[in-house]
Parts: sequence; structure tokens; C-alpha cells
Amino acid sequence: MLDALLSALSLENLLLAFLGVVGGTIIGALPGLSATMAVAVLVPFTFTMDPSSGLIVLGAIYTGAIYGGAYSAILVNTPGTPAAIATSMDGFPMAKRGDGDLAVTLSCLGSVAGGLVGALALLLLAPPLSQIALSFGPVEYFWLAIFGLSLIATLSRGATLTGLIGGGIGLLLSCVGSAVVGGDVRYTFGQTSLLGGIPVIPALIGLYCVPVLIEMVIRPEAHLERRAEKMRGFRLIEALGLMWRSKFNVIRSAVIGTVVGIIPAAGGSVAGLVAYSEARRTAKKPEEFGKGAHDGVIASEASNSATVGGGFIPTLVLGIPGTPPDAIILGALLVQGIRTGPQLFTQQADIVFTFTFGLLIATLLMLPTGLIIGRYAYRLIVSVPKTALAPAIAFLTIVGAFAIEANTFHVFIMVALGIIGWLLARIGVEASPIVLGLILGPIAEAGFVQGWLIGGAQGDRLGMFFGQPISLAIIALTVLTLVSSGVFKRKTQLERPS
Amino acid sequence: MTRFLTTALGAISLTLGASMLHAEDYPSKAIDYIIPYNPGGESDVTARFQEKFWNDVTGQDVVISYKPGAGGATAWSQLGGFDADGYTIMNVNFPHAILQPAIKEVGYQTEDVIPVYVFHYTPDAIVVRADSPYQTLQDLIDFANENPGALTFGGSGTNSANHLAAVRFGAMADVTVTYVPFGGSAPSMAAVLGGQIGAGMTYTTQGVKAGDQVRVLAIATEERLDIFPDVPTFKELGFDYVAGAYRGVTVPADTPDDIRQQLSDIIAEINDIPEFQSQMEENGYVLVDVPHAEMGDWIAARQADYASGIEILKGN
Repeated sequence: MLDALLSALSLENLLLAFLGVVGGTIIGALPGLSATMAVAVLVPFTFTMDPSSGLIVLGAIYTGAIYGGAYSAILVNTPGTPAAIATSMDGFPMAKRGDGDLAVTLSCLGSVAGGLVGALALLLLAPPLSQIALSFGPVEYFWLAIFGLSLIATLSRGATLTGLIGGGIGLLLSCVGSAVVGGDVRYTFGQTSLLGGIPVIPALIGLYCVPVLIEMVIRPEAHLERRAEKMRGFRLIEALGLMWRSKFNVIRSAVIGTVVGIIPAAGGSVAGLVAYSEARRTAKKPEEFGKGAHDGVIASEASNSATVGGGFIPTLVLGIPGTPPDAIILGALLVQGIRTGPQLFTQQADIVFTFTFGLLIATLLMLPTGLIIGRYAYRLIVSVPKTALAPAIAFLTIVGAFAIEANTFHVFIMVALGIIGWLLARIGVEASPIVLGLILGPIAEAGFVQGWLIGGAQGDRLGMFFGQPISLAIIALTVLTLVSSGVFKRKTQLERPS
Repeated sequence: MTRFLTTALGAISLTLGASMLHAEDYPSKAIDYIIPYNPGGESDVTARFQEKFWNDVTGQDVVISYKPGAGGATAWSQLGGFDADGYTIMNVNFPHAILQPAIKEVGYQTEDVIPVYVFHYTPDAIVVRADSPYQTLQDLIDFANENPGALTFGGSGTNSANHLAAVRFGAMADVTVTYVPFGGSAPSMAAVLGGQIGAGMTYTTQGVKAGDQVRVLAIATEERLDIFPDVPTFKELGFDYVAGAYRGVTVPADTPDDIRQQLSDIIAEINDIPEFQSQMEENGYVLVDVPHAEMGDWIAARQADYASGIEILKGN
């Protein structure tokens, strides 16, 4: 293992990790350019590298990209990657009131802490933890998605009805296209471009970013409040203090992120939402969430960065990718002649350990690079006049929506959903419930239909859905979340001026 | 060092061979290679294997991108919209591209996605978890006989190769099985490994990937494979069944014949590289060579082979 550490610390590998983190962070910050895409584009360049160096580069880009999504989430209310959805919920309100610099620093510290926990889990506990991936079957996915949807009640902060309307719209949107299970074609209105469903990233950009742009243009006040005359630096001491006070939140969120990362098909967005929901449920002042609570940003960022290390666990141990970028990295490994599976840890352990140390180093490098890039990103957004900012962001949204699959149809989807999202926001239906429905709908549907089929074959559908310990635990958490969010309370107690 | 030398020599000889073969200047720039599935699956991995040698053979790169959705139909229905100049090529899978348009309105016809070359197939394989009670295929058939419908087969997608295989196997062995579609090979294998489903109706490649966590009960090849010396073929077990997912490369329907021919030659040449072959075979892929000239007959033969299965799928 010492050899592996030394090899990860070689000048070449350090440089690769550094470049990977910087590149990844910038890509992640641009809406539409996701971690998956960054990794896919760079795979061929790693073919000529030594296997562990190639892996370090890909891992570093992936880590950076997941973190970079926080910038646009905080500063423009647009998650740069789906993993940062929960970051925008409190990050943007913080930025709006003038604490954008603190939010960016907190997101960096949270990401580094989460990333370290995930990478350490990969280093020390990968083989046993990989079993978590296998304990999640269709039914468990179904309940996990339902748990995620229960967050709508939390998010809507008293306005449960509009929250539910938003969630319903999102679920309906998720039905468009060829059904996950069964292949039935739904709501495409004869448009073959809709066969694959509503693409998530263009929808994300449209629903979050376009309303921000419209508001920027039609309102006279500045995009973000500027409280102080001059920049206050990183506010690092203040952020460290907040992190220390929230240490349980940090650890809990990082553990949630690691575990959700291990579960295939869940990924950073689900991790962020689950950790956010848990942070809110256990908070002393849950009513601050959604209005700029520090713990919301910390929870989301610590958990989504922890999915990076967590996701590599089933990828390397079982050959089952934990997250979409892992799937690409798995392909790259095969091309390099590395066979994943339990034997990888015994026969080619040097590669695994060099890579894991590389990931740890990349995560640590994220601290200085993240703080510095974040500072400039904040300064840029605050000081650039709106007349320049709005067209620049508008341009980026179009590039981002187009770039994923080089498809102009995605740009139309983005603009159309953006306008719909803005209109809905005016009647109180926010973007987050819609996006939750869109992302979690297919997971819930596939899990439900598969569970129904398997339960039917075994002649015990009830036991299938309600008879297994993990399912029951998730159901219990869902009920707890709903109760603590106040959905079941009498309406009069709920209505507070917002 | 020797490895480096052989690679270097191989590269030089390939470059020389390539420049002689392709006197005309196709390809004169990078080619876009679209995968109609999510990354990490068989279509992606085989394209990545090809990518590694593509530049040696043609002197140009391929740029791989993904257009997943609707079991491949999203990408195939858009194929006609690209320039028919040979610089946009797409992975195409069979039986998928025959089944989908035959069963539902999916925005393309099989004729729109005729490949220029079919370069390999992943044989169907039935796999169970290592601790499963089914030691042999007969054990599994016996269970299905005694408990109609109780045996669950997990596979990738609806109206896909795995789905057709499950249906054809049910008809051949005269048993009723429940096919449970997943969003890809990886999640269906996760459900096999996790014990949520009884068996995986999947490919040999998944059996290789899962290693000794699983037992492969039978494979749908003509002869046993070197990587699974102890696994019987369906033929040995009395089922006349050789099938799997065939993967090829296609271009927009209007693409001129000479470009199709040149592309076919390029892929044939990659299929001839020993390093490519061993990499494919080690991972459970079986190479086949169906060039442009033979494609019409090959497609007709596939359509005839799938006809009875399609009727059962339509009835579902």
C-alpha cells in the first residue's frame, strides 16, 4: 500500500490530479456540461496513459465536476449537475441575501469532507460495503424514490397543495416517452424525438435557470445582494466554525452519500436530496431550510461528493457501476485490460490503491482550487452588470442544453419548460418539486413494475412490498419526514407569512 | 519492452497497410460514432475497443458519444437526419432493430438502419447466483415445470435480445417463465447477484464480468467458448438454439455505396487485429464478420429466425 501511495504522489500523477480537478470544477459549474460528459470525452486520452494515471485523471475530473455544480446552484440558482439540486435550495437564498461567498466556501469544505469520507470508504471497506449494492432490489428502489418524493412536502413549506401540483407535473413529464418497463409509448404525440422521454439536464436548465434569467431582466434590483463594500475574502474561519458546529450533519450526510453512491442507479442527485431531507428533519430550526440555512448547503455538498468514492465501490468490486460516470470509467478500465470484480483487489491491488490514493489527493486539492475558483466565480457574478450577465448566462443555457447530445430539440425543451416553469413559479409552483417528480418518477415506476412482476411470480405481492427490512426502514423514514414536515398538522397552524 | 516493440511494429505495419488500402481520402477527418445506449454496456465497450485501433487503421479518430433512450429507438429514429457522408456512424443492434419496428411504432424501419458491417455478437447465456439451487439447466427447467410462472428471468429491456431470448426459451423448453425487464444489463445482473430474481437471461459478457459470483448454466453458441470450458451450449443440451445480440455499424440510409464499402473494410480490418480479437474474446464477445456485400441476406436470415418469437411478443 505504501508503494501505491508513493506512486500516487509522483509528480506526473499529482499534476494530472490537479488538472483534472480544475477542469472538472469548471465543467461542472457550467450548466449542462455534466460529470458524465466530461469523463466520456476524456476517456480516449487515457488509453495512452498508464492505467492508474488514467484512472486518477478520470476520478479527479469526476470529483471536480460534482463539486463544480455547486457554483451555478448557489450563484444562479441553477444546478450545474443534477447532483447539486439540493445545493440550490439554500445556496441561492444565501447568495441572494449577500452571503454567496460564505455559501461557496461552505460548499467547498462540505465537498472536501464528503469526498474524503467516500474515498476512505473505498480504500478501507470496499469489499464488505459492496454488498449494500446487492441488498437494493426493485422494491427498495421504489421506496427510496417515494422517500425522495416525500421531500416535496418539506420543500413546499406549508404550501403543500402547490408542492403536490408541482410534483404531479414532474411525474407526468417523467411518463413521456417509451416506458422504462414494458416499452409502451406514452404522450409523445407522434414526435419521435420524445421517444426517449424528457431529457433531464435540459429540463433542469430550463426549469431553474430560465426563470432566474427572466426575473433578472424584468426586475430592476441587482441579481445578488452586495452587503459589503469590498470583498471579505474566503470567510474561511467563519465557514470552518459553521462546519464544526454542524459536525454531525457533515458526518451523517457523508455517510448517506457514500451509501447512496454504492446503490447503483441512484447517484448524486438522490444522495443530495436524502441528506438534505435528513438534515432538515433533525435540525433545531427546520423552518430556516429553504431560506438560506447553512446546514442545507453542507448536507447537499458533503453527500454528493461522497457518492464519488461510494460509487466506485460496486464498480470496482462487482463490476456494476454505482453512478453514470462510473459506467464510462468501467468501460475505460476494460479497454485498459483491467478486469473488475472481487479478484481486482487481490490480483491488481496496486492499481486500485494507487487510484484510491489519487482520488484522496484530488479531493484534498479541491480545497485550494475550489476556494480560489469559487471566489472568482462569486466576484464575477456579483460585479458583472446585469446587462452583461443575463445574455452571458442565456448563451450558456443554450450551449448547455445543446451540448449533451448535440440536439437542437433539447434546446426547445429547455426553453419551453423554462417559460412554463416561470409561469408556474408566479402561481407558487416552484421548480424543485417538478424536478423531483421528473427524476424520481422513472426510478419509482421501474421499481414498482419490477416488484409487481416478481411479487406476482412468487405469489406474494404484499410481502414483496411490505415484508422486507430495508423497505420497512425506508417507509418509516418517509413517514417520519412527512410528520415532521407538518403535512398532517391542522392547516391553521401552518400558515405563516413567508 | 517486448510488448512495446510488438505494439510499435504492429502500429507501423497497420498504418502502412491502411494507407495502401484506402487510396481515396475517406476518412479525411474524425468520425462521430454514436452509441444508442448508456455508457458502460456492451455497445459502448466494444466501440471503445474499436476506438483504440481506429486511428491506427484509418489515420483518423472516432469520437464516441451517447444518445440513449427507448432501448435504442431514440437514436435509430434520428439516424436519417444526419449527413449521409460517412462521418456520422451509429452502433446498431439486432434483434432490437428488427423487433422494435415489427412490434410498435418507433419512428424508424429496419431498412433505415441496415448496417454496413456486423462485427460481433454476445451469445445469450442463462446465469444464476453461485449459491443458487439450480446446478444445471435441467434443474431450472424442472423448477419452472413444477411452478409455472414462478421462475423470474431478469434481462435488459423490453422487446430486446434478452426479452426475445426469454420468450424463445420458454417456447423451446415448454415452460412458463416471468420476464422482468431492467434498464440495462448491469441492473439486471445486480438483481441476479442480489437474489431478487431467479436467473439472468443475459449475455456471456455478463457471466465473465461477474466471475465466480455466478454460475453460467448454458450459452447459445455453436461450440463451447474457451473462457467457459465447463459451460455447455444449448445445442449440447438438446436445444437447437444459437442466438444473442449482434452489433454492427450503420450509417444514414442515403449514404453512397462506396462509402459503405470503405467503412465495411475499415471495420473488417479492425476485426482482423489479433490484439482486438483477444480483448473481445477474453470479455465474452464472439467475433463475426458480416460485410456490406452480404448484409441483405444476413438481415433476411435474421428476420426469418426471429419471426416466431415476434409473434409471441406481439401477443403479450
